[in-house]
Amino acid sequence: MSPLSACLVLSCLLFACGLGAVLIRRNAIVVLIGIELMLNAANLNFIAFWRYGPNPEALTGLMFALFALAIAAAEAAVGLALIIAVYRRQRSSDVDAADELRG
Amino acid sequence: MNWLTQHVWLIPLLPLVAAGIIAVTPRTQRRFASGLAIGALASAALLSLLAFAATLAPEYTRTVVNTPWFTAGELTLHLGWILDPLSAAMLVMITFVGSLIFVFSTGYLAEDPNYARFFGFLSLFASAMLGLVIANSLLVLFVCWELVGVASYLLIGFWFTKPAAAEAAKKAFLTTRIGDLGLFTALLWLNSETGTLLCYDHGRGCLETTALSGLVAQTTVLGLTMSAAISLLAFWGAAGKSGQLPLHVWLPDAMEGPTPVSALIHAATMVAAGVFLTARLYPLLSATSGAEGLAFSTTTPALITIAWVGALTAVFAALCALAQNDLKRILAYSTVSQLGLMFVGVATGGPAVGMLHLLTHAFFKALLFLGAGSVIHANHHEQDIRRLGGLRRFMPVTFATYAVGMMALSGIPIFFAGFWSKDAVLHGALEWPVSRGPFVLCVIGAVLTAFYMTRQICFVFLGEPRAPHAGSHGHAEPHESPAVMTAPLMILAACTVLLSLLCTPFWPAVEHYLTGPSEGEHEITAGLWGLLALSTLASFTGVGLAAWAYRSIRTSSTSTDPWARRYPGVASVLHQAFGVDALYAATIRRAGWGLARAAAWLDRWLWVGLVDLVQTLGKVSGWLSRKVDEDALNGGFDAGCASTQASGNWLSRLQNGRAPRYLRLVAVGMALLTLWLMLGRNAR
Repeated sequence: MSPLSACLVLSCLLFACGLGAVLIRRNAIVVLIGIELMLNAANLNFIAFWRYGPNPEALTGLMFALFALAIAAAEAAVGLALIIAVYRRQRSSDVDAADELRG
Repeated sequence: MNWLTQHVWLIPLLPLVAAGIIAVTPRTQRRFASGLAIGALASAALLSLLAFAATLAPEYTRTVVNTPWFTAGELTLHLGWILDPLSAAMLVMITFVGSLIFVFSTGYLAEDPNYARFFGFLSLFASAMLGLVIANSLLVLFVCWELVGVASYLLIGFWFTKPAAAEAAKKAFLTTRIGDLGLFTALLWLNSETGTLLCYDHGRGCLETTALSGLVAQTTVLGLTMSAAISLLAFWGAAGKSGQLPLHVWLPDAMEGPTPVSALIHAATMVAAGVFLTARLYPLLSATSGAEGLAFSTTTPALITIAWVGALTAVFAALCALAQNDLKRILAYSTVSQLGLMFVGVATGGPAVGMLHLLTHAFFKALLFLGAGSVIHANHHEQDIRRLGGLRRFMPVTFATYAVGMMALSGIPIFFAGFWSKDAVLHGALEWPVSRGPFVLCVIGAVLTAFYMTRQICFVFLGEPRAPHAGSHGHAEPHESPAVMTAPLMILAACTVLLSLLCTPFWPAVEHYLTGPSEGEHEITAGLWGLLALSTLASFTGVGLAAWAYRSIRTSSTSTDPWARRYPGVASVLHQAFGVDALYAATIRRAGWGLARAAAWLDRWLWVGLVDLVQTLGKVSGWLSRKVDEDALNGGFDAGCASTQASGNWLSRLQNGRAPRYLRLVAVGMALLTLWLMLGRNAR
């Protein structure tokens, strides 16, 4: 197994864990953690394709990963704020209970 | 002075404004209304005198003011005013006689509840008549002509609660309308041929050489020249207005109006409008093609027609007047007869001759009518001469002035204007190259005129009171009229006498004024002396015959007409005016009824059926369109709405607001996408 394949398998596993957390768990915090996991799986892919790709001197993958981290941080802040708002409204962080946004 | 000749339209404007103000004045404001009307007309009289004075200048011919009115396509219509001796003389006559009649009316209608309205109508009439005489545009003339007709209608029917008055008003209006049709056609034709309706327009007017040369050069129906055809149509209008055969029937009936109206409209001014029109259009009437293109002569077909119609009317109406018993009807027929004489004068001797008789006639006929009004007023509206009589003792002023008028009308020589003007007409007729017929007829007319006027005087003023009611029915004795009525009589009588000084052939001031300075002098010939003698003989014959025939009337209180008793057939034919009215009733009136009936039948059966058919069609199409609308259109639309709603319902179920479910869908979608990518790559 080449190092690139190993990295891709790892990132697949991470992504599957995140997706599983998002789809299965009902706690909003855990859902948010799952989303973060999926984001980081994507980051890992960026790094891996950069490091083992044809042009490792150009730092492109690193730059993508840095931006994605910054966006993830911002997104986590927004998500936490939403969770707090939902919690204040219905005194729980159960995502299945938050169904008032339906059209 | 020059300013006034340019602004001569101010003269008709004054009475028009007065009429407008009176129209909105409450009817209780009697003194205000009459004061305003008299004041306006008197001011107009003053202006007219000033304008008249301006026209007395030696080299004066005419002042013409034209202004464009509006343009419709290629047709430009102009308003225009003219001040020439013809219109100036008419202005003075109308305003002067009119003012006197207005004053007289304040006495005559003193008891009438509609006094203010009467003065409003009189002012309207005066304004229209003044506008008519100063009109340079024939369109303006026609408008005023019609306004005069309307005013006449309103005033004849002033006592409209009397059925006879309402009938007479309608008759007058319709009969003159028949004539106006001719005039209107003439104007349209003239306009289409010459392109203008202005009489004088610095060489471009329709009565000036250029236009007339064009008109005489063309021939139309019956071999008449264009100018002759138009002239005859115009004369048809003039005959309607001036009561010439065969359109005279309205004038005697018009006597149903109040007597001042008869004096003003149906003797002095309005009926003279026809004569005035022929005088105004004289260049057109007399135009003929001569050796050098355009020439003027008194033997054109139009003038020959006018002379014969006038002469026949003069005798016809005088005959009718012989057997009338209504004081005013005698005068009415006399007016018709005198108008005929004026037409003879215009046609044979030129406009100055006809206008001379018009002017003098206006004075003495107004005098006679006002005198008749005074008699009627004093005798409690008794108009039958067989029930009057002996009034010379009760009404000396009226008698004296009436006698002046009667002598002027009869042509008693020397001191009365009527003698000289009638003599001028006879002179013209005698020298007419076409025929002596009109002359002979006019002389016969003169004898008859003297006869019927003497008869009337005998009945009304001489003899003893004939009316059984005098004193016995609780009526007071006849009394002299108040000063507001006698003063106009005296002024008019004085004018009748004074005017005679200006009308003699020895010093023909008026005639020269009217013909203009360029015309040559009349020679005082032996023929003229003979004519004067003949004319004198004619009037004395008439007076003498009547005085002899009615000697019993003159001296006693008998009320039977001795001649009517001796020749009842003749008297009855004359009394019914040769049955012209009956003839019209039997033919035209019946034809009118028939047409009206046919129209009514058509209306009731044919047109109503058509209208019903259209209505049914409309109903059917309405029903159809409702069906289409409700069933097809509305149904389709409803179905569309329902399906949209159903799909919306189904879609809204997906939108349940649960974030995990959305996420699940996203995951499934992503998995499917991945699978498709992988499988697709493998397949390729």
